[in-house]
Amino acid sequence: MKHLTEYRDADTARRLAAEIGRIATRPWAIMEVCGGQTHSIIRNGVDQLLPPEVELIHGPGCPVCVTPLETIDRALAIAATPGVIFCSFGDMLRVPGSRENLFSVKGRGGDVRVVYSPLDAVKLAQAHPDREVVFLAIGFETTAPANAMAVKLAKQQGLRNFSMLVSHVLVPPAIEAIMRSPGNRVNAFLAAGHVCSVMGTWQYPPLAERFRVPIVVTGFEPLDLLEGIRRTVLQLEQGRHELENAYARVVTERGNEPARRVIAEVFAPVDRPWRGIGVIPASGWRLAGAYRDHDAEIRFAVSDITAVESPLCKAGEVLKGTLKPNQCPAFGKECTPRTPLGATMVSSEGACAAYYNAGRWSDSGAA
Amino acid sequence: MCLAVPGMVESIHEESGTRMGRVNFGGVVKDVCLAYLPDIAVGDYTIVHVGFAISKIDEASALATLQTFADLGLLEESLDELRGDEAGAGP
Ligand code: SF4
Repeated sequence: MKHLTEYRDADTARRLAAEIGRIATRPWAIMEVCGGQTHSIIRNGVDQLLPPEVELIHGPGCPVCVTPLETIDRALAIAATPGVIFCSFGDMLRVPGSRENLFSVKGRGGDVRVVYSPLDAVKLAQAHPDREVVFLAIGFETTAPANAMAVKLAKQQGLRNFSMLVSHVLVPPAIEAIMRSPGNRVNAFLAAGHVCSVMGTWQYPPLAERFRVPIVVTGFEPLDLLEGIRRTVLQLEQGRHELENAYARVVTERGNEPARRVIAEVFAPVDRPWRGIGVIPASGWRLAGAYRDHDAEIRFAVSDITAVESPLCKAGEVLKGTLKPNQCPAFGKECTPRTPLGATMVSSEGACAAYYNAGRWSDSGAA
Repeated sequence: MCLAVPGMVESIHEESGTRMGRVNFGGVVKDVCLAYLPDIAVGDYTIVHVGFAISKIDEASALATLQTFADLGLLEESLDELRGDEAGAGP
């Protein structure tokens, strides 16, 4: 495993960590919402540089991890339908559904294809007018502009054989749900830099105010993360609770306005179940009424499929930050990236996979 | 999937009325949709998510990010994803 101390910026990192140690006088729990940040923190050992007062809690920001089991089962049903070309981002293929995953459907002869961009799925629909092309559109606000544009273009081009199974989730309602949940320990949030590059920062000041919680928009390089942590700790120690942008080189207050316009046209808010967590009000997007014809859930009549989670998997607690991955009894035993019981062990953005890949076997944090 | 790779715009063209560009990611060149950055020009750096340019960034931070990805071992993963689609999505 590569440690932060090996990097050219190691000096700055150590100085930042020392500064955090100097200002932290009490224990604070800070949640990083974004799975990309979790990956970077564990991979670089950022958490191990911090003083004992500051604990990082890993949030639910891995899109693959929180995609509801129902959605996976619906995807599997559609992918197994004869004549369908089913397209997905690569990391969804191994996510376990109730009984199997997309890989096994592919193994049985299903036409399941990995695409890099949803536009690739639109191109497949152009190239195969005789086939139904379905794209599994999951993700946070970050992937929404791409998915929204893909379905908008398909509609413009009259591609009747293109549809999307949409399961988008949103960060601000998740922050609200975490703050409202009984037993919440989170004192401050690092907001996901790339989500904010699309949406801007304007959604967060009301949350910071209402829950009296500092929120700092943060990038995912080690120094970005340490700077974000330093700013949250400073706010906590000074009794402030504000929105700060520590990723101004990428994120603006208004975000990407052309992208937000297309999202608002194509998607509509919906109550969304989060895998392992449950339903969070208005926490997702579905296709808006004008795009019904491209809604795979309607076209393939899969809305009735419901599912039950494996009792062994503790991913819900991991996603809420009440359990560290290596405290799960199945971690590294029944559950590994090759034999994942939960989605958090599949995606490289998932907390369980991040711990496994970094060799974090024990709770002590020693690697 | 949330990882955004920075790249440099090498050329700009139109495809069925949509603004597209050829973007170079540390040597791998891909078609990227530029519809969300109407002001971006050849030579600019941008952060790309699943085939869409989302925000413009300056060259120094683009190169720093690429270096960090390389250090993390993430660049190869992402470039594989970028390369992989040519095989995966072919007709
Ligand atoms: S280690 Fe595996 S079983 Fe345990 S919470 Fe993580 S994904 Fe679920």
